[in-house]
Amino acid sequence: MGFWRKYVFSIDHKVIGIQYAVTGLLFLSCGFCLMMLMRWQLAYPGQPIPFIGSWLGDTRAPGGIMLPDFYNQLGAMHGTIMVFLGVVPLAVGGFGNFVLPLQIGAVDMAFPKLNMISYWCLFVGGVIMLGSFFLPGGAAQSGWTSYAPLADIAPTGQTAWLFGMIFLITSSLLGSMNFIVTTIQLRAKGLTFFRLPFFVWAQFVTSFLLLLAFPPLEAAGVLQLMDRLAGTSFFLPTGLVVSGEILQVSGGGSPLLWQHLFWFLAHPEVYVLILPAMGIVAEIIANNTRKPLWGYRSMVYSVIVLGFLSFVVWAHHMFITGMGTVMSSFFQTTTMIMSIPSVILLSCLFISLYGASIRFNTPMLFALAFLPMFGIGGLTGLPLGLSAPDIALHDTYYVIGHFHYIVAPGTIFALFAGIYYWFPKATGRRMSEFLGKLHFWPSLIFMNGVFMPMFIQGFAGVSRRLADGGVTYSFAGNVTPLNRMMSWSAWGLALAQLPFIINFFMSMRSGVKVGNNPWHATTLEWQAPSPPPHGNFTQDIVVSHGPYEYSVPGQKEDFLPQNQPAEA
Amino acid sequence: MEIPYIVEPRQDTGLNNGKLGIWLFLASEVMLFGALFAAYIMMRVGGPTWPLGASILNVPMATLNTLVLITSSITMVMAWASLMRRNYSAYQLYMFATVGLGLVFLTVKYFEYGHKFHDGLYPSTSTFLAIYFTLTGLHMLHVIAGMVVITYFALAGRSMFRKNPQWLTNRVENTGLFWHFVDLVWIFLFPVLYLM
Repeated sequence: MGFWRKYVFSIDHKVIGIQYAVTGLLFLSCGFCLMMLMRWQLAYPGQPIPFIGSWLGDTRAPGGIMLPDFYNQLGAMHGTIMVFLGVVPLAVGGFGNFVLPLQIGAVDMAFPKLNMISYWCLFVGGVIMLGSFFLPGGAAQSGWTSYAPLADIAPTGQTAWLFGMIFLITSSLLGSMNFIVTTIQLRAKGLTFFRLPFFVWAQFVTSFLLLLAFPPLEAAGVLQLMDRLAGTSFFLPTGLVVSGEILQVSGGGSPLLWQHLFWFLAHPEVYVLILPAMGIVAEIIANNTRKPLWGYRSMVYSVIVLGFLSFVVWAHHMFITGMGTVMSSFFQTTTMIMSIPSVILLSCLFISLYGASIRFNTPMLFALAFLPMFGIGGLTGLPLGLSAPDIALHDTYYVIGHFHYIVAPGTIFALFAGIYYWFPKATGRRMSEFLGKLHFWPSLIFMNGVFMPMFIQGFAGVSRRLADGGVTYSFAGNVTPLNRMMSWSAWGLALAQLPFIINFFMSMRSGVKVGNNPWHATTLEWQAPSPPPHGNFTQDIVVSHGPYEYSVPGQKEDFLPQNQPAEA
Repeated sequence: MEIPYIVEPRQDTGLNNGKLGIWLFLASEVMLFGALFAAYIMMRVGGPTWPLGASILNVPMATLNTLVLITSSITMVMAWASLMRRNYSAYQLYMFATVGLGLVFLTVKYFEYGHKFHDGLYPSTSTFLAIYFTLTGLHMLHVIAGMVVITYFALAGRSMFRKNPQWLTNRVENTGLFWHFVDLVWIFLFPVLYLM
């Protein structure tokens, strides 16, 4: 097998998984850099950006002072990159590809070539998105939601955004088909559905969300492309005034239609971001509490219910669009029902800790931090899900704080936990515990330093779209100093990632060598060699019991791998 | 390394991998066209007036196209049935017949579109024409994609047939499922756009 086939156009699920993960991590840091630029503008509006301000060019930041248009580009692309090119590729593409086939005892994914194609679709989509910054007029600047009619009349960057999205959607569709078929068809002998590790369940439900929720966004993207390229007016109402003149279009379109189609994807997308993270955390908690997960079955049922419900709550993003109180009542009801399975999941994870003798290693610290952080994110969502308080909070920094608590100290912490946990499987070496802790504690503090003040600003009514952080908004006077605290926390957070980067590369070359099962875990991936060869397992896998047989009474060891018979 | 259940179905699910895959793909396609039909409904309900399709579009041509597509679905099934009987030459004949009928569909569509453009009716003219061109255009892309796959299996099928006839049969069956879906979309598009 040549170099290109083995490492670049590979069809091995582990190599593709690592390609996805590295791409995801690179895009996460890229999206983070965009955000650090924005945070300068928010903390010190109108002052030249230090060090790199002069490189940005006159169309973006003349004299190093950021133009509002460029701020909007950064905002739109930060969201797009983080969601579609950072978290999803890492959580679903990376961990899903690497771990899922191993955990079900499969030799590979069901369609290896399709798997390769889905990675390269993502890659092309990513290149288009990054390249759009260099188009005349810059990248997309209508928010990551690309609301019409603003996005319909935006510069060329928006067209690039739409083409990029079509590639990303195709990538996710092919990937999700592959995951579902793999999970259903390639499970090892004896691995029934209720013997699947929770991580596999989470990825399985996530794949259904990707499969069924992305096509409507593709439809919406096609309609917006038609609006922009063929002069249709799907999203342009009659008599729309742009720059003081009535737009000459056939009219009759509906801006609300875009929002409906967009959120029909984007709400399930939120669960695409969170469910794999839950799966990772569940694995790590079971492993480091040395106990079975508390309420495994109710967690599985909850995750399925969550999957279904996530398709009927989308319009809670649209309470103040004037769609009507009947619609609002319906969607706030479904939203409140939706919180029940979420709370069940979180409660099960918390109760799993009770009475355990916990091993506080780095993956476990990140997994433990996930619980309260996700809890804060979830609970602050309740006022937004009710139509009355949402009127005050909509489009303020409160919303930003809410969903960042879910995806940043929530999902991204879980992803870090996963990296520390499965790194020995991928490389045969363990990451440094000292550097891991040096990464964890400052990250935890700075994350909260960034996002906690957003709730305060949100209550004061500071809009999320202001390019100056609220300086021109007279009621925000008391809360604008918080911008500096948040910005310095964000830059501190960047420094706190250095130990991780050093640890990642150093451990790859000189980490402590470990055996196949360094964490004494029960699930099947630890029965393969580290790193697993092409085709994964060196022995036949026949599963005889559930995924979390820890501390079984009467056994010599405190863990019983899924494929090993219990001692009598 | 051999991935299991490519040809033979798995005992407890009763499916081979490809069959499950194509059904999942069709589910996502249902969501794609479903969203566009939903957009159509919202535009139509929200608009002050909505033209009767027949007053702008050419119903006889569309009727012809409906018949062509339904016939092509039949030839597609016949191609699969011939493979089941292990009759390769009949299979190839029916595959080419399916592609030919696809070409007839595209030709009729070409004249329909050309006629509209000639009359100065473009997607930008009205919301009705916008959704008409979007839906039929996307459907046409699916027809073309189907034809590419069918042509591939018609031309490259012989060596697959020699090596593993059952595998080719499965793949042609899956291609057929996609082709029937494309046909079905048209059967929805025809009354919705031309007759209602």
